[in-house]
Amino acid sequence: MSESLRYIQAVNAALAWSLESRSDTVYFGEDVALPGGPFGATKGLHKRFGSDRIFDTPISETGFLGMALGAAMTGLRPIAEIMYADFSFVAMDQIVNQIATIRYSSAGRWKAPLVIRMQQGYSPGACAQHSHSVEAYFAHTPGLRVALPSTPDDAYQMLRTAVVSDDPVVVAEARMLYPTRGPVRTDAPVEPIGGARVVRDGRDATVVAWSRMVPAALAAADQLAAEGIETEVIDLRWLNPLDFDTVGASVARTGRLVVAHEANLTGGFGAEIAARAASECFADLRAPVARVAAPDVPMPAAPALQKAVVPEAEHVAEAVRGTVRR
Amino acid sequence: MGLPDDYRAMARIRRFEERLAALKDDGEIPGSIHLCNGQEAIPVGAARALRDGDHVTATYRGHGWALARGVDMTGLFAEMMGRDSAVNGGRAASPYLSDPGRWFMGENSIVGAGVPIATGAALTAQRTGSGAVSVVSIGDGAMNQGNVHEAINLAAVLDLPLVLVVENNVYSEMSRIEDMVRIRQLAERAAGYGIPGRVVDGNDPDAVAEAVAEAVTRAREGSGPSIVEAMTERLVGHYSGDVQHYRPAGEIAAAREREPLARIRAAADAALTARLDAVDAEVEAEVEAAVVAAREVPFPDPATIKEYVYV
Repeated sequence: MSESLRYIQAVNAALAWSLESRSDTVYFGEDVALPGGPFGATKGLHKRFGSDRIFDTPISETGFLGMALGAAMTGLRPIAEIMYADFSFVAMDQIVNQIATIRYSSAGRWKAPLVIRMQQGYSPGACAQHSHSVEAYFAHTPGLRVALPSTPDDAYQMLRTAVVSDDPVVVAEARMLYPTRGPVRTDAPVEPIGGARVVRDGRDATVVAWSRMVPAALAAADQLAAEGIETEVIDLRWLNPLDFDTVGASVARTGRLVVAHEANLTGGFGAEIAARAASECFADLRAPVARVAAPDVPMPAAPALQKAVVPEAEHVAEAVRGTVRR
Repeated sequence: MGLPDDYRAMARIRRFEERLAALKDDGEIPGSIHLCNGQEAIPVGAARALRDGDHVTATYRGHGWALARGVDMTGLFAEMMGRDSAVNGGRAASPYLSDPGRWFMGENSIVGAGVPIATGAALTAQRTGSGAVSVVSIGDGAMNQGNVHEAINLAAVLDLPLVLVVENNVYSEMSRIEDMVRIRQLAERAAGYGIPGRVVDGNDPDAVAEAVAEAVTRAREGSGPSIVEAMTERLVGHYSGDVQHYRPAGEIAAAREREPLARIRAAADAALTARLDAVDAEVEAEVEAAVVAAREVPFPDPATIKEYVYV
């Protein structure tokens, strides 16, 4: 069965599925219960599942992420919501030092089956503290799984996968994609963790993207097709576990690689993809790997300035043209 | 629980720590260790108020809590020797060890970070109706960490079965706590969270047991968290290499007269002294046997380095 849902509705449906199908699931964060979440992600869930299963916390990210860890270690399966991904930095100790390390440091005697759900990226007028793209910080941390769904269906499927996983998973949604609508397979079996997806076939160049840059890459591919350039687009979906095989196989077909993300350039996860391509796909590459990213500046708030920072479809198209011309 | 039993439990911790310091000096223990000499009455007293299933979370000065909760002594020595111990396989060593089999959620190398985690164990107990409590021990310095404040408030508003034991040993790492706060007793902060706070003699296991039992009872009844501030003194440095030049002359010598084992000895008659001597001999034998057994544990295989990162 497939339903047409907006991205944010798919998130809501995945959370309802989690609370419905797993009695060990609890959901908490700021304004998630009675208010239903600032974007409506948890709308109706408190009424349906009650305060034992979904409840509001004080504005204390470190406190409630640590609580998520302790609850996960002792038998619950918590989903903790960080309202804006930027606020996860307030709780970096619990995420990086505690949640990510406990399984390893206990030689597997404890585990931390929990989900940290957040939304990220720019939106018009949002300031530098409400616009970060945080994926590279968490993908850099051994012990964390990192998911970035780009479609309503993936918002549903990947969140469910995250909840079922026995590893701690950071799910970073794209706020700007919340209104997008698409088919959601609400009766699909829960997918295994990981797996990139070729979302458009092409022979001339490969674009690897995730989150909001996937629709941007697809729009770029449409423009390029009109110019006779056939672009293969890969939605990386999970940065951890990283499915580089799908990337490598595509580069073997196309010989050219562009990596596109909304986060700024330096130390971004695009650098990891470029490095892996350089070491594993060197013989297949017919042009240097190109990266599309935000410049290394904090996000400005004014839309006129944001426009100069945020990568869009035309930047991807220009990067592809650049690699194809070489 | 009679006097010799408490004495034995405290002597095991004391002798364990002394032996550990000697092993450190001999080069058998890599890295830094943080000993709890002088503070033994707190974990021993608290453990009397707990039952199986009650989780304990501690600081990096938590060997005493691990032993008081029944974690295997040989495993602890082996873990700290960097061997493939049954405790944490050489991944944790002294400052981050844990044992789910004994409901010991672990030490923590980040000051105060165990309090939010302990709050999570309390959440599980509450949501599953297990009747368990979650006890977390921190030092006096941790009371100034934001994560501690967040977690206590969180536990308070959710009425979670959490007991916070503050081991006030006068020093937060190498600075006097009186220079770090404007209140006389840290337990005064409980009022700010709307929960009970008590100050007890942390060198008296009976006083600690009574105060923790009261807090545990309250927690099990669903009435929420409490703070117990146990006053004690550190007989050793903050860490293994700390020469303690910052401590006034005579302070440690005076503390040695107030520490829990010396206190029991000072009040003992000849018959009890003889029994305590016997306990000391048994503890000495136990500790030495554990060291010998720990030395038999192999070092971890580097080929296993990537195990346990992901499920």
